[in-house]
Amino acid sequence: MSGAFFNSPSSLSRRGFLVGAGALSLAACGGGGGGTSGSAGKPVGQADIDKAMKTPTQLTFWTWVPNIDKEVALFEKKYPAVKVKVVNAGQGTPQYTKLRTALKANSGAPDMVQIEFQAIPTFTITDSLLDLRPYGASALKSTFVDWTWGQVSGSGGEIWAIPQDTGPMGMLYRKDIFDQHGIQVPTTWDEFAAAARKLHKADPDVYLTNLAANQVAAWHGLLWQAGGKPYVTSGKSDITVSVDDAVSKKLGEYWGTLAKDGVIGVEPDFTDAWYAALNKGKYATWLTGAWGPAFLSGSAKATSGKWRAAPLPQWDAAKPSSGNWGGSTTAVIRSTKNPIQAAVFAQFLNSDPTSAKMFATEQFFFPATKPLLSEASFLADAPAFYGGQKVNQVFADISAQVDPAFQWPPFLDRVATDWTETVGKSLADKTDTVRALGSWQSRITTFAKSQGFTVKGG
Amino acid sequence: MATTTTAVARRRHGTAGALFIAPFMVLFLLLFLAPLGYAAYLSLFQEKLIGGSTFVGLDNYVTALKDPQLLKGIGRVALFFVIQVPVMLLLALCFALALDSGLLRLARVIRLGIFVPYAVPSVIATLMWGYLYGPDFGPFAQISHDLHLPAPHFLTDGWMLGSLANIVTWEFVGYNMIILYAALRTIPAELYEAAAMDGAGAWRIAWSIKLPALRPALTLTVLFSVIGSFQLFNEPKLLMSVAPDVIDSSYTANLYAYSVAFISQQTNYAATVSFILGLVIVIVSYAFLLTANRRRTA
Repeated sequence: MSGAFFNSPSSLSRRGFLVGAGALSLAACGGGGGGTSGSAGKPVGQADIDKAMKTPTQLTFWTWVPNIDKEVALFEKKYPAVKVKVVNAGQGTPQYTKLRTALKANSGAPDMVQIEFQAIPTFTITDSLLDLRPYGASALKSTFVDWTWGQVSGSGGEIWAIPQDTGPMGMLYRKDIFDQHGIQVPTTWDEFAAAARKLHKADPDVYLTNLAANQVAAWHGLLWQAGGKPYVTSGKSDITVSVDDAVSKKLGEYWGTLAKDGVIGVEPDFTDAWYAALNKGKYATWLTGAWGPAFLSGSAKATSGKWRAAPLPQWDAAKPSSGNWGGSTTAVIRSTKNPIQAAVFAQFLNSDPTSAKMFATEQFFFPATKPLLSEASFLADAPAFYGGQKVNQVFADISAQVDPAFQWPPFLDRVATDWTETVGKSLADKTDTVRALGSWQSRITTFAKSQGFTVKGG
Repeated sequence: MATTTTAVARRRHGTAGALFIAPFMVLFLLLFLAPLGYAAYLSLFQEKLIGGSTFVGLDNYVTALKDPQLLKGIGRVALFFVIQVPVMLLLALCFALALDSGLLRLARVIRLGIFVPYAVPSVIATLMWGYLYGPDFGPFAQISHDLHLPAPHFLTDGWMLGSLANIVTWEFVGYNMIILYAALRTIPAELYEAAAMDGAGAWRIAWSIKLPALRPALTLTVLFSVIGSFQLFNEPKLLMSVAPDVIDSSYTANLYAYSVAFISQQTNYAATVSFILGLVIVIVSYAFLLTANRRRTA
């Protein structure tokens, strides 16, 4: 409720207008879009690329990455004819919402866009991204970590985006709290559960970890590690949903029991209270992506020197694996008038050695390219926040253990909200999490069917 | 001769009037009626991720009227309206009468103090209250902790509507107070003098003169509150991030319309939900006006 004056019927009409602007374009898209995905398109010759890169061009790039102008400047230096306008249209979901509106309105969409791995299918389902194969992207395959390439590839072999940074999951832990209570760093989930009970019993104000009841990304990462294949798409309209299969149930049983017994926290993350909790030692670990170490050292300064990094505990210690949480890519919007320049930009930005390295040293992104992940100076970095531990080395090793076959659904926003309202809620309310998985499954299935998908699995 | 001049003048007058009104009419048509009409048109279609857009007539309305999430959301804001608005308006009325009585010291400072929360954007107000409500490190929880009392559960299922009502009341008491206070200032002082001559005390004057004179202003504030309550959005949307297990995506009807449009990508159904919400607001407002008028004429 905002000011009553401004809230009278006029705001209804404002909303109506937005919705209106949306559907206009739907009608427009409906005609042209379908059926084009899957075909590789004609390769663009080097002569055409050279010519295009010398033609004065203005490109627009939507991204939320701070100080990315530095990397963009490298591109502009190499291709002086091409100018890139960097626009911050919000981070993650707010940006996607604006992008969808612009795409539907057929006006105002950028040429290139920052997009997270998990959001790619929600834009390919509407035929909004440009397949980068004709512009030489296939040649980059060996440069990027295998599983990241799997994330940007379509079912017909399309290359929808170029990876920029990643978030293979590991465990950051408070060495001082572990030492104080005689807890060994858990290497299996069984040890982890035992440690959670022991720690909370010894000090009721401290929990071994927090599994945020609003953070489906963490759940997906843990599911990924456990070998789950929750969403498998084949063709455009077929999807297999299995978020309550045996692997999911194992995960639900494990975390649901810990939550129900009150030996882990379940509070929402990235809130004031959660930051305070990390600063004040309420949680002894944070299960997070490889971007976590840099993030934490900025947001829990009070705890410098007390943290260490380790791999996630394992289900099967003989076959170590991990999942991914976070990371993003650069994609090209299909409606661009300058596909060559835009595609070259997306590739240069993320694969040019200087530019890619800059992301690691300026933005502290965790790299997606193989050369950087094995570079001695990157691996040798030993921040004081982690007591001089070579944290990058820990996560670089983890990155090699991520299963490349994990897929995302074409309606992730809805799936995420449904998770929070079923599984997340069961964690927070200490009710039956395995049962909640069933509700999640049926909600996704109902929605997918209502959207015209053929749904299998369960 | 004289008649023709008048006629010409009158005609000129007519064009001038139309010209004065034109900018309003253009904006009204473009920004109000056209989008509203377009949203109505949209609500007759259904668009799917696979299969595109099809005309479905009133199907969306039939679905919406049976949609438990929408009905629950409307019910929740109705409950909110019934409890929060009387409390807020009563407080606003008390403040307005107290300020108008002229008995308060530092009246200007107090008036400003009550009004200031309205100047705080609701987003910031909600973030602030969300912090204050915090079960671990919020000040209320800290104080209870120091006193070895259990922390109050402001963000749990049972308390949430009350916590939201508190935020909205905090924000809008001053706003409503200003409207009522302004209405009080328009009452001619002679009325008070006459009443005093007839032996009326301060309470009697407040009851018999001030309150009846406030009736139109009160009607106005209630109408604003109907619209505001039923459109409740910012506060629950923001508190959702600190209490995701309590506030879901259909907690209020307006929040539901938003999630349908931007999370489920069902713009057509969102248009339908918005229309029904608008209709509910019109009906409640009209019902209130009708009862208020009847009481006045009776």
